[in-house]
Amino acid sequence: MEKLIALLIAAPLLGAVVLLVGGRRLDRVGHWVGTLLSTASFVVGVFLFADLLGRNAEHRTLIQHLWTWIPVEGFQADVTFRLDQLSMTFVLLITGVGSLIHLYSVGYMEHDERRRRFFGYLNLFLAAMLLLVLADNYLLLYVGWEGVGLASYLLIGFWQHKPSAATAAKKAFLVNRVGDMGLSIAIMLMFTTFGSFAFGPVFGHVDGATEGKLTAIGLLLLLAACGKSAQVPLQSWLGDAMEGPTPVSALIHAATMVTAGVYLIVRSAAVFNAAPDAQLVVTVVGTVTLLFGAIVGCAKDDIKKALAGSTMSQIGYMVLAAGLGPIGYVFAIMHLVTHGFFKAGLFLGAGSVMHGMNDEVDMRKFGGLRKYMPVTFITFGLGYLAIIGFPGLSGFFSKDKIIEAAFAKGGTEGWILGGAALVGAAITAFYMTRVMLMTFFGEKRWQPDENGAEPHPHESPKVMTIPMIVLAVGSVFGGAFFSIGDRFLKWLEPVTGHSEGHSPVSAGEITIATMACLVIGVGIAWAQYGRRPVPAVAPRGSLLTRAARRDLLQDDFNHVVLVRGGEHLTRSLVYVDHTLVDGVVNGTAAGFGGLSGRLRRLQNGFARSYAVSMFGGAALLVAATLLMRAV
Amino acid sequence: MNPVNYLYLAALLFTIGATGVLIRRNAIVVFMCVELMLNACNLAFVTFSRLHGNLDGQVIAFFTMVVAAAEVVVGLAIIVSLFRTRHSASVDDASLMKL
Amino acid sequence: MSAQLAAYTTSTGEAFQFWVLGTVAVIGALCTVFMRKAVHSALSLAGTMIVLAVFYLANGAYFLGVVQIVVYTGAIMMLFLFVVMLVGVTAADSLKETIRGQRLLALLCGVGFGVLLLAGIANASLKDFAGTGQANANGNVEGLAALIFTKYVFAFEITGALLITAAVGAMVLTHRERTERARTQRELAEQRVREGKHVPPLPAPGVYARHNAVDIAGLLPDGTPSELTVSRTLRERGQIRDVSTQAINDLRALEQRSEDRLERTPIEPETFKRPEEASK
Repeated sequence: MEKLIALLIAAPLLGAVVLLVGGRRLDRVGHWVGTLLSTASFVVGVFLFADLLGRNAEHRTLIQHLWTWIPVEGFQADVTFRLDQLSMTFVLLITGVGSLIHLYSVGYMEHDERRRRFFGYLNLFLAAMLLLVLADNYLLLYVGWEGVGLASYLLIGFWQHKPSAATAAKKAFLVNRVGDMGLSIAIMLMFTTFGSFAFGPVFGHVDGATEGKLTAIGLLLLLAACGKSAQVPLQSWLGDAMEGPTPVSALIHAATMVTAGVYLIVRSAAVFNAAPDAQLVVTVVGTVTLLFGAIVGCAKDDIKKALAGSTMSQIGYMVLAAGLGPIGYVFAIMHLVTHGFFKAGLFLGAGSVMHGMNDEVDMRKFGGLRKYMPVTFITFGLGYLAIIGFPGLSGFFSKDKIIEAAFAKGGTEGWILGGAALVGAAITAFYMTRVMLMTFFGEKRWQPDENGAEPHPHESPKVMTIPMIVLAVGSVFGGAFFSIGDRFLKWLEPVTGHSEGHSPVSAGEITIATMACLVIGVGIAWAQYGRRPVPAVAPRGSLLTRAARRDLLQDDFNHVVLVRGGEHLTRSLVYVDHTLVDGVVNGTAAGFGGLSGRLRRLQNGFARSYAVSMFGGAALLVAATLLMRAV
Repeated sequence: MNPVNYLYLAALLFTIGATGVLIRRNAIVVFMCVELMLNACNLAFVTFSRLHGNLDGQVIAFFTMVVAAAEVVVGLAIIVSLFRTRHSASVDDASLMKL
Repeated sequence: MSAQLAAYTTSTGEAFQFWVLGTVAVIGALCTVFMRKAVHSALSLAGTMIVLAVFYLANGAYFLGVVQIVVYTGAIMMLFLFVVMLVGVTAADSLKETIRGQRLLALLCGVGFGVLLLAGIANASLKDFAGTGQANANGNVEGLAALIFTKYVFAFEITGALLITAAVGAMVLTHRERTERARTQRELAEQRVREGKHVPPLPAPGVYARHNAVDIAGLLPDGTPSELTVSRTLRERGQIRDVSTQAINDLRALEQRSEDRLERTPIEPETFKRPEEASK
């Protein structure tokens, strides 16, 4: 059985190699090759899943050792894969949702002449992400981590002819590098502390390390997670990443990339459990991000950017849950999975809308689309109900559990975190309802574009709608399926551990509070966008709205603090370099150059000049002789 | 008259010859100036022979003449072959390390 | 000077000879340096050398005096003249200095060196001249021979080797190895016909009925001188005389004289130049 694990990664990797190396002769079949290999990986995953289910809970960890990567005495890096319940969950999510997105892309990218390359990158993305979740040591995980960064760079900048896309890709890459630096330092720190970076030895020796070191490792891992999962303060790349094709956004937001940070934290649970300070920081980061993303999501008129804010917020929920420790790990992953379904569905729906609207993204130019694209409307609507936590749908179960866990943290912290999570739920309901109303309800507001082409909204082809339908089904039933009988909890508990907190409020009360928030959020949104016509041009809005439209001034902050500061630092360094360092070096060089220029005159090749030197020397000798005799 | 005047004359002739070597460009004239310097030396040797009252100075002057003869032979051969290749007897023309 | 005079003085005749011939020697040396033509330099140098030979004789070096005249003035200077003739007897050197500062430096060094040398001689205590009378008692040549073949015999042998080497070296330097068979007259003629140039013999120098000197180029029908008519050596030395404008200048001078005679106002003097020269 273990031998199949490598196949999971090998299939999409093969696809990437074949598609990227194969050249133009694969143009006509490339997209199907990519989809097929991604699906093959999914099938292998399902097969392995069935195998795991057939075992006892204690024997559900499969290890596959391939070869020793760096065989140095005292520094062993193995290429070893670990498939346990946690990795299995991710494998199924990545390959399953990933394959659906592949299928969708076949239709979405139909008119793009670089479609083969696109599928090559998608496969590379899947392979890197699978390597990340299957690695049995941090170094191999780092390889996958960087691979994800590379693939996201290639995909966000896929339409590189647009300067904005190229810039967005560069931005994503650079911001991610900050987080990557954290991960690499964390790995080095682990090696010096534990003498190894394989999961087993590290987690086994946590007790032997001081809490200060563990906190440092935890914070560095958190920095890494912030970079990949777009948490404050490294969140700025996510909104711009919408410049990539919509399937890429769906893939980044639902199945790969942003989930990597949550995976890293949950995987390193042993480290975080022993470092409460680091955990506290994780919860704070998660809470701040969930409110931040929600507020940004409220103000965006770009449908994809609104969804991006929503992703940031939902990942914030997951990080918050992961920071709560054993009471939250399982729910973080459960929300991750359900979120994977409904967010993928929402993005694919948004892509479908754009497909029918000549790639228009401004929601103020949509409206009344439910009649024109019914399938998209229904699937998007189901995803919408799932994300706001409509009772019975998947978001309801997973998000409720996180809010519950936040309260269960206990004490003042519990109240603050839980309260923030509740407020976040209300805002989520508000901005998602806003998106829904502005896009599918109300009167139609679309106008001819600059070229005079009237958009003709139409339903997307089957190859695009089928993935959306499948994802909608997942969004509706996923949560219930996981929660009834605590299936998911029992499945994941052996890996992450679980403990029930002592919540000051009962589960029922929390559900009621959540429902109240939901109603309030939807109600405000209805009052603002449902009853009144939506203005086609955005009103000026309050100070908060304007700030939120600018992503709560995050870019301005970065620009003022980092870019300006960096520029000043660089300029002063350049000045020092030019005047001081170069001055000394060039001055010496110029001095020697000038001296040689003068000395060179002596070597003019004329025998008579040399004869003068000799004669002068002879005269000096005579003088010296006379002088010596005189003395 | 003191015979030391011969030495003054030798020094004068030597200096004139040396200056001529430095000033003239024609290789043959330069060569003649070298001969002038040699002759000035010879005069000094002969005078010293008289000063010391033995013939050693004259022997040295004799050897100088022999060596000068050999030098003239080789030097003129060089000048001739130089003139053959460059069609010029100027020492300044041969300022590069190739013909 | 009086102390030196007390120690050793020469006869008045020798003093007179020194001052006269010494002046000649210095003038000869200066002429050697400053004459523009190499042949004049050579003759001046020969004069200086003869004066020196006389001085050798006066200093009691009879053998060297004779050798100086026979070998130096007779053989070596003739060798010089021979080479001068080979290189170009009439070619005058330009005395313009081309290397910046060379003349100044040379003068500086020369004066400095001369002053130092003279000061050194003046400073030395050279009072007691022994004179060569005693050394030459058995004859100058015998005395020298006794030294050369006993005390200096090794140096003497080495100078012999040096002379041989120099002779061989001079031969090697000037010798050019013939690497291919000399072509016969027939072959040369065939080659000239094949290449299509100068099938007849080269034209003779000189302007017919006016000049017949070898250094005057013959004129072509259009009046331009043809360098082909002059021998290659003269051409390379740049010693061709151009007389192509002489006839016209003579004519102009004749006209000028007749106008003077007829007392006409002189025509604006027109400098005649051939079109090629004007364009140069």
